[in-house]
Amino acid sequence: MTPASMSSTEPSGKAPAQDVALAVRDLNFHYGSHHALHGISLDFPARCVTAMIGPSGCGKSTLLRVFNKIYALYPGQRATGEVMFDGRNILDDSINLDMLRSRIGMVFQKPTPFPMSIYDNIAFGVRLHEKLDRTEMDERVQDVLTRVALWNEVRDRLNAPATGLSGGQQQRLCIARSIATRPEVLLLDEPTSALDPISTARIEELLDELKEEFTIAIVTHNMQQAARCADRVAFFYLGRLVEVDTADRIFTNPREKQTQDYITGRFG
Amino acid sequence: MPHERSHIVSSFEQELEQLRAMMVKIGRIVEEQVELALRAISDHDESAAEEATRLDPEVDELEREVEGLVIRLLALRSPMGADLREIVAALKITGDLERIGDYAASIARKAIKAASGDGQISLSGLRSMGRLVRDNLGRTVDAVIEHDAYQAMEVWHADRGVDEHYVTVFRELVTYMIEDARNIRACTELLFIAKNLERIGDHATNVAERVYYAVTGENLPTTRPRGGSPTRSSGLGEDTD
Repeated sequence: MTPASMSSTEPSGKAPAQDVALAVRDLNFHYGSHHALHGISLDFPARCVTAMIGPSGCGKSTLLRVFNKIYALYPGQRATGEVMFDGRNILDDSINLDMLRSRIGMVFQKPTPFPMSIYDNIAFGVRLHEKLDRTEMDERVQDVLTRVALWNEVRDRLNAPATGLSGGQQQRLCIARSIATRPEVLLLDEPTSALDPISTARIEELLDELKEEFTIAIVTHNMQQAARCADRVAFFYLGRLVEVDTADRIFTNPREKQTQDYITGRFG
Repeated sequence: MPHERSHIVSSFEQELEQLRAMMVKIGRIVEEQVELALRAISDHDESAAEEATRLDPEVDELEREVEGLVIRLLALRSPMGADLREIVAALKITGDLERIGDYAASIARKAIKAASGDGQISLSGLRSMGRLVRDNLGRTVDAVIEHDAYQAMEVWHADRGVDEHYVTVFRELVTYMIEDARNIRACTELLFIAKNLERIGDHATNVAERVYYAVTGENLPTTRPRGGSPTRSSGLGEDTD
């Protein structure tokens, strides 16, 4: 069964008929005794940007963590329900985590370059999954650096430590690293919150290009950013999905009062 | 439009209140202009006509102030949802109100010119058309101030009556002109007055549409039930504005 053919239990979370990259059904998540996500059902349409918004603690980052099973590192954290990805429920214990994480990449709030050269930051992940010769690897590195608009800035210092780059450059490097393993889904957890406006604009521009190939899920506290970048926006509150709709609808005329209060700054 | 809860940023809330107060002010002045124009028609009241014209620059100034505040709110507050709709609606509504004020001043001036005729022409049709336009405008301005979508929809429908009055008044005036060529000069002025009243009705329905959108987030249908339009068959053509 493909995710697209899944029947929806929660009509509000279902995307219009088209490819669905990730289909979440009745997902519950617990941090020990804390019930962080309540019965979430939500589709992530393929090659679209879906933004998740909501006040701190609403569960949006938790949802991202479920998608590449980072939570599995921590005892006491558990997810129940279904997250269908390429025909399989990724919550199953039988899922190969390395393979999953090469197909669902993640970029965090703060840039997290490895303490190695710019070149190796990208080659490192690729080597885990593919056997490329030197020329192929050079091409891969150049290709992804070009796509994140970093190539011209670093082409002469590929062997310099990545930690010497500016914050904005480091974040673009992290995105390059994520797409170097050719994932299908890219998860971004507030990727620009630590960046200046120009670097932010560059990354937003990049998202527009990347969505032609990848399915993107982005968590952001910046509503203008969600409005600019996202095709669909999901509003979470207290671990529940309140509303999901086109960005246009959410920011001009949301259906739910809680959404309206949040986007207009009247949340108390 | 206005929220039950106030904005976390209280200065934004204050600016929204300021915008609302400006809308009340401009709405009430334009209503007064129309009232004065009707007095100029009914009573040939020259001072009323002068007053209607005198209010024009005041409305223009308020329109510029609203424009400035709206641009500032958009640039500095990045409003969303109902706030965004209210702010954009205010900009467009002000434009329509300003046009209504212009028409009222123009009616007032024409009314004085038309009054120099010999008084053989009955103004009862024009008067009742004027009263309907004034009442509809009053309810429209109330809808703006109270953020009342239901009232907005009611006046939007009520403009049909204005269109029907216009057809009747138009026929009456043409008949006067056919009967006696000496009526032509005064009747021509009165025809323009009728046309301007009809245009005021149209702008009021535009305002009603904006209010409806701002409050509900939905648009009224693009076409409104209309009364007949005599200008189409008479070849006088539509006023451009």
